[in-house]
Amino acid sequence: MNNTRRNVLKGAGAAGAVTVAMAAGLLKPGAVFAADWNKAAFDAKDLNAALAGVGGGGAAASGDIVVKAPDIAENGAVVPVEVESKIAGTESIVLIGEKNGFPLLADFKLSNGAVGFVSTRIKLGATSNVTAIVKAGGKVYKASKEVKVTIGGCGG
Amino acid sequence: MAEPMKIRASMAGDTADIKCLMNHVMETGLRKDPKTGSTVPAHHITNVMVTVGGKTVMDAQWGGGISKNPYLAMKVKGAHKGDKVVVNWVDNTGDKNTAETTIG
Repeated sequence: MNNTRRNVLKGAGAAGAVTVAMAAGLLKPGAVFAADWNKAAFDAKDLNAALAGVGGGGAAASGDIVVKAPDIAENGAVVPVEVESKIAGTESIVLIGEKNGFPLLADFKLSNGAVGFVSTRIKLGATSNVTAIVKAGGKVYKASKEVKVTIGGCGG
Repeated sequence: MAEPMKIRASMAGDTADIKCLMNHVMETGLRKDPKTGSTVPAHHITNVMVTVGGKTVMDAQWGGGISKNPYLAMKVKGAHKGDKVVVNWVDNTGDKNTAETTIG
């Protein structure tokens, strides 16, 4: 039996695996983003980490932000949410689902005449607050609305 | 893969209402396939850009927490009838789509 030959084959096999792993690493989705994406904040599973990631940690509660969402959502996979900010110079609106697996839902940056308003549909894994964080004039504000979910939208 | 979007823009007073419906699975990366028990990999839109008359009015970043086949509406002050509205999105696999309309 030719031992050397076997060892060489084993070695080649291992090297092949490394090459495949490297290729997989290079091809992972993170590397092909054309635009900026706040990966740290979106991947945060902890509410405070997600808030910190978008600079919303010290947000002050504001009555000038209206979060419109149903009181009870029968299907947590599709919860309509509308945020209206009456704060002058609203630059961005961040949506947070406080008890979601990934709490940060979206970060909308508004410019060139865009009104402090955004309407979309979100997933909620469980009954929780939907929080909107609004940035305007270098300050951070927030408002919340509780949505009761009877069927979760995150595979639960 | 990327199916066409529906987009609509209309003037209400001095403000343009822009509404858009996109086609996307929006997988969070947390859901388990009920048949195999394995986790379905994340596949969701990450960036949405809206321009009116060539100017960016919205530059959004999304996670998987936006519902499947996302709906997005916004309002733009100072837009005019006939202005071109373009909505672009990119997902975490590099797939992208564009739709455009004029404000009616």
